[in-house]
Amino acid sequence: MSETSAPSAVKVIAFQLVDKEYALPVHQVYSIEKLMHITRVPGTVPFVKGVINLRGVVTPIIDLRSRFGLTDEKYDDTTRIIIAALDDTEVGLIVDGANDVLDIPLDAIEPQPEVVGSMGDEYITGVAKLGKRLLIMLSLEKIFK
Amino acid sequence: MDTNQYLEIFIEESKEHLQAMNEHLLGLEKDPGNIGIVNEVFRSAHTLKGMSATMGYEDLADLTHKMENVLDAIRNHKIAVTLEIMDIVFSSVDDLEAMVNDISSGGDGKRDVTEIVTKLLEIEQGETLLPPVVTREEPSVSLKSDLQYDEFERTVIEQSKEQGFTCYEVAIFLRADCVLKAARVFMIFEVLEKCGEVIKSVPPTEKLEEEKFDEYFTVTLITQEPAEDIEDKVKKVSEVDQVTVIEVANLSMNGPHQEEAAPAQEQKQMDVKQETKPTVKKMDDVKETKHAVTNKTIRVNIERLDILMNLFEELVIDRGRLESISSELNHSELNETVEHMSRISGDLQTIILNMRMVPVETVFNRFPKMVRQLTRDLNKQVNLEIIGAETELDRTVIDEIGDPLVHLIRNAMDHGIEMPADRVAKGKSAEGTVKLKAYHSGNHVFIEIEDDGAGINKDKVLRKALDKGIVTEEQVLTLSDRQIYELILASGFSTADSVSDLSGRGVGLDVVKTTIESLGGSITIDSVEGSGSIFSIQLPLTLSIISVMLVEVEKEKYAIPLSSIIETAIVKKDEVLNAHNQQVIDFRGKVVPLLFLENIFSVPRQDDNDRFYSIVIVRKGEKMAGLVVDSFIGQKEVVLKSLGNYLTNVFAISGATILGDGQVALIVDCNALIK
Repeated sequence: MSETSAPSAVKVIAFQLVDKEYALPVHQVYSIEKLMHITRVPGTVPFVKGVINLRGVVTPIIDLRSRFGLTDEKYDDTTRIIIAALDDTEVGLIVDGANDVLDIPLDAIEPQPEVVGSMGDEYITGVAKLGKRLLIMLSLEKIFK
Repeated sequence: MDTNQYLEIFIEESKEHLQAMNEHLLGLEKDPGNIGIVNEVFRSAHTLKGMSATMGYEDLADLTHKMENVLDAIRNHKIAVTLEIMDIVFSSVDDLEAMVNDISSGGDGKRDVTEIVTKLLEIEQGETLLPPVVTREEPSVSLKSDLQYDEFERTVIEQSKEQGFTCYEVAIFLRADCVLKAARVFMIFEVLEKCGEVIKSVPPTEKLEEEKFDEYFTVTLITQEPAEDIEDKVKKVSEVDQVTVIEVANLSMNGPHQEEAAPAQEQKQMDVKQETKPTVKKMDDVKETKHAVTNKTIRVNIERLDILMNLFEELVIDRGRLESISSELNHSELNETVEHMSRISGDLQTIILNMRMVPVETVFNRFPKMVRQLTRDLNKQVNLEIIGAETELDRTVIDEIGDPLVHLIRNAMDHGIEMPADRVAKGKSAEGTVKLKAYHSGNHVFIEIEDDGAGINKDKVLRKALDKGIVTEEQVLTLSDRQIYELILASGFSTADSVSDLSGRGVGLDVVKTTIESLGGSITIDSVEGSGSIFSIQLPLTLSIISVMLVEVEKEKYAIPLSSIIETAIVKKDEVLNAHNQQVIDFRGKVVPLLFLENIFSVPRQDDNDRFYSIVIVRKGEKMAGLVVDSFIGQKEVVLKSLGNYLTNVFAISGATILGDGQVALIVDCNALIK
């Protein structure tokens, strides 16, 4: 990875969830996987869908739709698992589709937006406007809680 | 000379030698007349002296040298072994240990040892008056045979003669066309062992077993049978050409000259001597110790073994995957190859796991000395019995288990064993016994510390626990005996009326409990007041690869560790009984409660019209339960994986594993299911 990007921009992974685009900083993302078999783990919170075998590592999976209280949808060909890591906790996030890797200038990120729509805004660190696209920046800390 | 690169080796080896010295000194104390043991100690001391001098630790070398002088005097019968001398020698070994520990923690190994050195010198110079413990005739007749015996062997031969045995040299010629020489040698040895004791052979036994000899070899035998009988018996072994039996007459004491003349021979004899323990030995013992001589070892950093283990775990997962692919494809050559690979990786697994296994001896061997010291400090008489020191445990467990055991042994000696007078008054022998016992059972290793002391006074424990607020009055009524005993493991507990230096501060036993539990083990206490207590520790054998039974519940697969399975059964639904809202079955005369995995794990249910239940009977300690599943898949070796940091404390799931098809299966924690 080229570390030349000036501190004035942040590289993010953009992904789709229902009709909105979200983004996670690229340094928190390990990989993006196609959907694979998920083993249900009984007795966990509903948004934890289970665990997968990620190249020999058992990795827990969170469904972001149910995490955010959005409508459940059947998984399809575009469904992806984003493997994200915070400290030494690795978790896979199920999203509707992974779109892009983008550089977002820091000055394009606005702090807390006034109106966010249906989902709880506690997971959001900011909103970035990039041309016509609106990207919602997410906080892994809050999602993992 | 830059010696840094050798420092680690030096420390390791010094510790080994010190340990060997300790062991042999303890042996010597029990058997003061045994010059063989003194030789062993001397050898260790000598090596240590050489090593430390090379490494530049003068103090260490100096003290070892002084000690060596004393040992030498004992060896040459100038000094008799007395308790006082042993004490001084022991404390000098203690000093040596302290120095080595200092070096290993980065110090320079210096220590004020003048006092002990003076004492050693006193012994060396002063007390040379007592007669040697082993009196030996000084025979002077020259020997007929061409065999040379070292000092120790001569002693054995002479002592046996005094007891009415005869010593023969049996020369055996095998036929030139003999095919299985090693087998013949074995048969001959077996015949000879039946007649008496074999104390020496030329060439040495290991050479004979490797067939590294021509048709001829000689065996020295101590027996009561006449020479002709031996000759006849040996001749009965097939492919033996010729046997001659010569009586060994008095041995000359000119051994040393001969030894100098033939250094190579001497070397061999040293080897033999090393193997041959004081009492005349049996053949199988010789074989066992032979390994000690011929085995070559290297030191490997434990981290490298861990890496190897991790790589191997990945291989195991891929092996599982290959197995399922090949069974799908049903290609015969592929099947063969995969089967072969499975077998090899199975062997590999055993080897890797074994490499990490260390006998508990490495922990146990420091206890005899500790007990010796404690008996003197406490003025008690205690005999430590060690059983099963060869039991092997994973290295990581071994490293952790030492301190808890020290605590428990101290506890047994301080609180368990009574003062000699009290013991006699109770009609016991004055000497108490502490038994340290290790053994395998299933996937676990058990270590028991048993004493024949006072046992645990339940009332006293309860009163104390109430005093300290560890239990409440209501709880007391519901406690079982075992639970009461286990209160002494609670933190802040101590029943000893007087706090001694050793134990009784109530900080020891709760640490023991937490350490053992952190290793995935458990500790239980049994006690009979007046006749002693048993502390029993259960530890897992290995930590990463386990055998499981795979079962299916609807579409989900679960793994149940074989270690907790008793057996599987298929039961008709109408045989299930109801007791207090709990479904039970009658299993071999016992009432076993049923647990439905689909309910426990809330598996999405479909209709089933099955008339039978498939049941896995599992146990936790004495208790049993039947887990109801849909079907059994089979037994598998799997790699235990954690669920990661995110999912912690999932009920009744102890981890996960990856199956051959790449899917994750959860491992059921039976201990959580049985209350």
